[in-house]
Amino acid sequence: MAGVAWESWTVEAGGCKVHLRRGGAGRPLLILHHETGTLDDLPFYDALAARHEVLVPHHPGYSRSPRPDWMRSVRDIAVVYRGLLSELKVAKPALVGLGFGGWIAAEMASMAPADLSHLVLVGAMGIKPPQGDILDLAITGYVDYARAGFHDQKAFDRLYGELPSVDQLEMWDICREMSFRIAWKPYMYSQTLPHLLGSMRAPSLIVWGEEDRVVPQSAGKRYLEALPNAWLEIVKNCGHCVDMEQPEALARLVANFVGRE
Amino acid sequence: MHLMYFTEQPMSAYDEQAGRDFGATALMFPNSHFDPVAGSRLYNEYIEQYMLAEEVGIDGVMLNEHHNAPFCMQAKANIFAAILAGMTKKVKIVMLGNPLPLAENPIRLAEELAMIDMISKGRLVSGFVRGGGQEQLATGVNPAFNRERFEEAHELIVQAWTRTGPFRFEGTHYQHRVVNPWAMPLQKPYPRVWIPGVISKETIVWAAQQRYPYIALNTSIEQTKKIWELYDQVALQAGYVGGPENRGYLIQVHISDNEDKARENAKQFRWMQGEFTGLAHPVWSTPSGYGSPSNRRAFVEFAAGRAMNPRGNTTFEQQVEDLRIIYGTPDQVVKKLKRILEATRPGILALWGNDGRVSQADSLTCVRLMGQEVFPAIREIAKSLDLQSPFEADAPVHLRYSKDLKPAKAAE
Repeated sequence: MAGVAWESWTVEAGGCKVHLRRGGAGRPLLILHHETGTLDDLPFYDALAARHEVLVPHHPGYSRSPRPDWMRSVRDIAVVYRGLLSELKVAKPALVGLGFGGWIAAEMASMAPADLSHLVLVGAMGIKPPQGDILDLAITGYVDYARAGFHDQKAFDRLYGELPSVDQLEMWDICREMSFRIAWKPYMYSQTLPHLLGSMRAPSLIVWGEEDRVVPQSAGKRYLEALPNAWLEIVKNCGHCVDMEQPEALARLVANFVGRE
Repeated sequence: MHLMYFTEQPMSAYDEQAGRDFGATALMFPNSHFDPVAGSRLYNEYIEQYMLAEEVGIDGVMLNEHHNAPFCMQAKANIFAAILAGMTKKVKIVMLGNPLPLAENPIRLAEELAMIDMISKGRLVSGFVRGGGQEQLATGVNPAFNRERFEEAHELIVQAWTRTGPFRFEGTHYQHRVVNPWAMPLQKPYPRVWIPGVISKETIVWAAQQRYPYIALNTSIEQTKKIWELYDQVALQAGYVGGPENRGYLIQVHISDNEDKARENAKQFRWMQGEFTGLAHPVWSTPSGYGSPSNRRAFVEFAAGRAMNPRGNTTFEQQVEDLRIIYGTPDQVVKKLKRILEATRPGILALWGNDGRVSQADSLTCVRLMGQEVFPAIREIAKSLDLQSPFEADAPVHLRYSKDLKPAKAAE
């Protein structure tokens, strides 16, 4: 989607230097990316920026944001982002969490349940799946892991190339190291998070790719039970990374959901 | 010269084809292939090898541990050390070593090692390692904090051995409110600590800063020389001069009374396709955060199948050519080892005698010839080259016990 002007800069928040990318205008959306980091530009971001002010921070220790050595939990990132919103004077944004970013979004929602307009969780980590396990980064190769997020491998090829570059491999390793530092044990979930979501009043949309091989769909159902005002949408013919595999479809779901009051 | 026998304690009694079909056997090869009846036989055969090592006058037996892997069935080195502490009388029990980061409670290690030292009447050498990548995954320990945990656990253990308790320890990874073990090492100030390693510069630097001997594991002569160059440079900065008493070397050497048989058995050193820490997927052997950031790029390329192993892996013939694998009759072996001793000047030498599916009879022959024929000749060569072990040189156990420190040559 041409025509969106994006700007990038570094914001100091919560003791971290956070690389931030911003584009579009309208109700603010904070997009929280996967544990594989994020590319600078994605069709999904462009699609959302057509109707919204889209904020895409790179998580501390991922992609273009430097690693804070002191950080020890995913909740720490959520606190940093609460500080980031306050720095940016953004009130009541909609939070859109993608996979690992869904965990961060859910933590942010639990901390300040009144300070968000909507919560969108897409194949979110953060809760122990009642059935099945979250795919283990530690024993899966870089490319195999990234490809496991896609049901349609051609969608992967379009974004990363059939043979991802060595720079990309190195970036995945850096992201992986940060995930180990903050989400090693228990792996990719919090035992307390589901108990802390009960105060949420803002509406929540839970989206899952029907063919998600990274986070079992049972985790989505657990989120549905934990969040008082939530819907579940299943996207057919789609893997874990719905944002990268079916960007238009996900952007429509988000826009429709965030568009209603 | 301190001379040792080492075996990786291979768990070779499984269906070889099943292992090859599976591929990387370290970490994930199903333990339905582990046969405890064969395990029982093998453990007892290894004890027999160590007992013979003592009988034929070898100075030390070197022990190590690995997890989830057929290439090494010793899952807890302290168990073998405890057995040998009670069964043997003279040999040093040289642990190379306990993987410190795997410990959730390093004080328990301090207690176990103190017990081994007392039971053996002061024969413990307590080496420490970081543990391989698979080890972190097999035990659920975070690889990203491996080095921090190594250094902090070391600090806690040394304090537990040397400080009067009770005291409190508040670290980053370890917090202990009451440190007061009622098991203290017999050797003072504490048992000697040797640090084995392969590739990480950080470990060499750290060992040299502590004045702990560094044991190079099967590196080529050129790599070994580079290691000593770095070690000696750090030593000068710390105020001492590095020498043979700071240098150890482990090498794969199979000895037989028959050269052809020696060659056949030496091929077993390649039973893991030449990977001496077992066949592992590179993503498992070097999990993110485990290795040096300076090696990151090389490792991801290797892990994705686009580059050679940065640790370097070559053919049997090349390894023989490079003197990383030696085989033969005692005379043949001594000649080759002499070249290594002259070129790299270690004061500690461990021979990794048997691996893979070498029979117990051939393993025992190797140990016997090692103790009765090879090592007496090596001792003479070491004398002529003035290669003193840390014991012979009466080297300080740690830098802080040095009496010969000179002002640092350069600031850090």
